[in-house]
Amino acid sequence: MRTLGLLARQIGYEQKLYWRSPSSAVFTFAFPILLLVIFATLNQGATIRALGGISYNQYYVPAIVAFGVISACYTNLAIALSFRRDAGVLKRIRGTPLPPWVFMGGSIGSSLVVSLLLVVLTTSVGVLFYGVTFPGRWGALLLTLVVGAFCFCGLGLAMTALISTATASPAIVNGTLFPLLFISGTFFPVEATSLLGLIAGVFPIRHFEQAMFAVFDPQLAGSGIELRPLLVMLGWGLGALVVAVKRFRWEPRQN
Amino acid sequence: MAAITVAGLRKSYGSTEAIKGISFEVAEGEVFALLGPNGAGKTTTVEILEGYRRRDAGTVSVLGMDPESGGSRLRERIGIVLQECGFEELLTVEEMLARQAGYYPAPRPVEEVIDLAGLGDKARARVRTLSGGQRRRLDLALALIGGPDLVFLDEPTTGFDPAARRNAWDLVKRLGGLGKTVLLTTHYMDEAQYLADRVAVIAAGQLVAQGNPESIGGRDSGAALIRFMLPGGLPVSALPVRARLDGDHVVIESSDLTRTLHLVTGWALERGVELRALTVSRPSLEDVYLEMVGR
Repeated sequence: MRTLGLLARQIGYEQKLYWRSPSSAVFTFAFPILLLVIFATLNQGATIRALGGISYNQYYVPAIVAFGVISACYTNLAIALSFRRDAGVLKRIRGTPLPPWVFMGGSIGSSLVVSLLLVVLTTSVGVLFYGVTFPGRWGALLLTLVVGAFCFCGLGLAMTALISTATASPAIVNGTLFPLLFISGTFFPVEATSLLGLIAGVFPIRHFEQAMFAVFDPQLAGSGIELRPLLVMLGWGLGALVVAVKRFRWEPRQN
Repeated sequence: MAAITVAGLRKSYGSTEAIKGISFEVAEGEVFALLGPNGAGKTTTVEILEGYRRRDAGTVSVLGMDPESGGSRLRERIGIVLQECGFEELLTVEEMLARQAGYYPAPRPVEEVIDLAGLGDKARARVRTLSGGQRRRLDLALALIGGPDLVFLDEPTTGFDPAARRNAWDLVKRLGGLGKTVLLTTHYMDEAQYLADRVAVIAAGQLVAQGNPESIGGRDSGAALIRFMLPGGLPVSALPVRARLDGDHVVIESSDLTRTLHLVTGWALERGVELRALTVSRPSLEDVYLEMVGR
């Protein structure tokens, strides 16, 4: 009970830190919304023939919903934690009786809160302003969100473990993320059997977007839960957690 | 019971031996200083005791526990001030202390600790607005919030101006007054002398001496120094005892001070010679220290 209370408080403090930090609030929260508005406005009225003539935004909004979660989890965790590690904040925490998993749980929980807000916000903007259909698949949305958050939080922690210094972290994090976002079909469809599509299929971003697209797909009957992409994300998340647990450092690198 | 026992401690980084087999004990309620130049192994030793580093050899007991396996049970009872350790810059002083208080089973009240650290007027200020001295006081407040039995202070005043050092010293004195055991590291002799009940001098990974600041290295029993100036024209060789010149001053080293002083002053009175600027001193802790660390 005490530990659960501690976890809830830790999430609360992480939230305070998140919203007070201009860099996280702007780059990881506002950025997905900005991308949504720019691309959705540019392509308003366009359709995608390869996907049976659906509107571009019916394709694009779920992709940006997924990107919001990736931004709140992967980008935010890896950059914020590596800066806090270099400043010695993590070392200080390691010297207290706070169990490491509660600290990690606090960071992950806070990322989940931000993800949830982004999902609600991007979905609402899509439905209200860009004619996107959301077929009310709340269960599928929540499941996909949670599995995605697990996968990309795990990857964020693993990346923190692999990054040596904080100043390198934005370049490493965005340098790994953006090429994959493009070839995974975030901004325009990429054929699954093309070379780029095959490469993207190895990584979890494309699977997250497929799963999210299915949740929103008005032409698809059923629950909207696509098992295969969810399993791929679970696998990546578990692998990343193993790396994070084995390699995580609480102290700045010694010179 | 000893709060800290260290026996035969060794630690290497790669092929560099940082700690070459040191042993010491810190009694409960004692303020103990590990004194040594930069790179002597002070921080490595302290970080092994705090559980941050693993040792290569030797036994270590902190509050009856091995810091490598003590985990949360040990950390509940110790407070740590690290060298240059970061804060959550975007939280306020109060928030940062309240957050950390929640990590301990029996924390001190946040307000009490804020007062103790003299941060009353900064309680609601964001940490990033604090001055250097205020940050070190917050450091200390964070180390005390859990109500520790044992406090580690790694170079608590390095980089302070003289007034800030005095303030920090008062705080540490107060810790001793509260009955806490304190292990501090420093490279300032005066700091060790002022604060510590006992001092261990560490140089190049080895303890070269330990004892109380008054007697360490034979300070109380070793040779004393007599210094004065002779009027012009009188050679040092005219004196009845062996002496040397140090600039304008005549310096006489003596292990039988009463007798030597009598001989010298008797000689001066007989000849009507004035011994200007006459002083008698024990070697300072600094003299002893510099000799021990081989400078």
